[in-house]
Amino acid sequence: MQVGAGVAPRSPTPPALELRGVSFAYVPGRPVLERVDLGVEQGEFVAIAGPNGGGKTTLLRLALGLERPDEGTVLLLGEPAESCSRRREVGYLAQRSQLGGEAPATVREVVAAGRLARSGLLGPLRRRDRAVVDEAIARVGLTERARAPLRTLSGGMQQRAFIAKALASEPSLLVLDEPTTGVDADAQEALASLLDELNRELGATVLYVSHEFGAVEGHVRRLVLVRGGIVFDGAPQDLPGLWHDPSHAHA
Amino acid sequence: MLELEFMRLAFAVGAVVGVLAPAVGFFLVQRRQSLVGDGIGHVAFAGVAAGYLLDVSPALAALVASLTGAVAIEWLRTRGRTVGDQALALVFYTGIALGVVLVSSAGALDVNLFQYLFGSILSVSRGDLVLVAALGAAALLAVAVAYRGLAGVTLDEEGARVQGLPVDRLNVLVALLAATTVAVAMRIVGILLVAALMVLPVIAAGRVARSMLQTLALAVAVGLGSVLAGLTLSYYADLAPGGTIVLVAAACFVVASLAGTVAGRR
Repeated sequence: MQVGAGVAPRSPTPPALELRGVSFAYVPGRPVLERVDLGVEQGEFVAIAGPNGGGKTTLLRLALGLERPDEGTVLLLGEPAESCSRRREVGYLAQRSQLGGEAPATVREVVAAGRLARSGLLGPLRRRDRAVVDEAIARVGLTERARAPLRTLSGGMQQRAFIAKALASEPSLLVLDEPTTGVDADAQEALASLLDELNRELGATVLYVSHEFGAVEGHVRRLVLVRGGIVFDGAPQDLPGLWHDPSHAHA
Repeated sequence: MLELEFMRLAFAVGAVVGVLAPAVGFFLVQRRQSLVGDGIGHVAFAGVAAGYLLDVSPALAALVASLTGAVAIEWLRTRGRTVGDQALALVFYTGIALGVVLVSSAGALDVNLFQYLFGSILSVSRGDLVLVAALGAAALLAVAVAYRGLAGVTLDEEGARVQGLPVDRLNVLVALLAATTVAVAMRIVGILLVAALMVLPVIAAGRVARSMLQTLALAVAVGLGSVLAGLTLSYYADLAPGGTIVLVAAACFVVASLAGTVAGRR
């Protein structure tokens, strides 16, 4: 089978992500993903959608090296995903329910945590790192709320704070898992515009993973539908009409 | 009260413990591992018993046992295929059972043992103070240097893993700090209550603080205040010091909760 569209294995800028013939099962004999090929070039803005249980989160975990494929290879920024030396360039926004901590962290504390991979873990944050953190907060429009505890903000603002956290590591690849959960429609649209802007202005590759893609449909140039494998990969406008509601993706 | 040598020593050791316990407990509470201190405490009990049996310093044996227990909990939690708080339960109960067996073998079920279970300010010696101060200073220094990394990683452990940060090593560091704290603090508040002093001030602080750093600072203030007030109260009212200290910390939680509720309504 051919490697994903337009992938040159030894090009000077490797693809942001490359899956070749990847199969994976949590329980032997019951594969979640079978023979998946997917290439994402640097600078793309891609939505990965599909029904819950269809394997998109597994695909994401494989891509980030959090799971190993049973078959096939996964390259992240041109290196095997589990041992990738450029991991610090990956800004990852986990599903909101997984973002932890009991103490009331402020926006600034959350965003500064995103700087750890660049700044190192020990001692106070240096001036240049602080500047990057402030810039990330400004970019998502939260400068005036930087000292506010995160939990006092709306769902949409919290998501923007987490995006700023991901930006603080100056990522070349931004990965968002279900970023619109618990966010109202207006804030979802604002979020999609922000991602579009980050993609265009910073040149960051954006992988947007969600069970529904309505919010980003007008912004992404490529949509990948996952259900046990890749059932659609193309421009959103080429999607068969029936599939626009992701709950119909099995039809 | 301070004209008495043993009270001066108790206040000095208590001050170290009052600062250290919440400073380390902060990271446990932040990870929703509030009871880990208790688990380590029960392993420390086995250490004390082993100390009696082998005729070595119970305090030192407790330190070794705590460190071992803390690493065991962390290992079981991350590598041992245990779920939720099973790792803690395993180490917790093994520790206390081992302690009971060792203590009865050593024939040490007596008043000496009680000073470790419930704390005893009367038994604090100058040598204890030196040990507590040295261990306490080292642990606090580690917290100060690693604060940003430790606090940041707790916010999003998986994100930190994705970026290749040494999450497991940081978790082990927290476990070792917790073990050191337990070994140091049990002199004052006792094995049965040591974890309370690590956790209650932090929960109290979280009710009113407006940032993580503020939570930590306030928790340390509450911890120190609870120890000093508790020791004073226990001296004048002739109460058990460990229990009094923890009750003061619990009262701080009630006050902070009320204050937080009132502030939230404004």
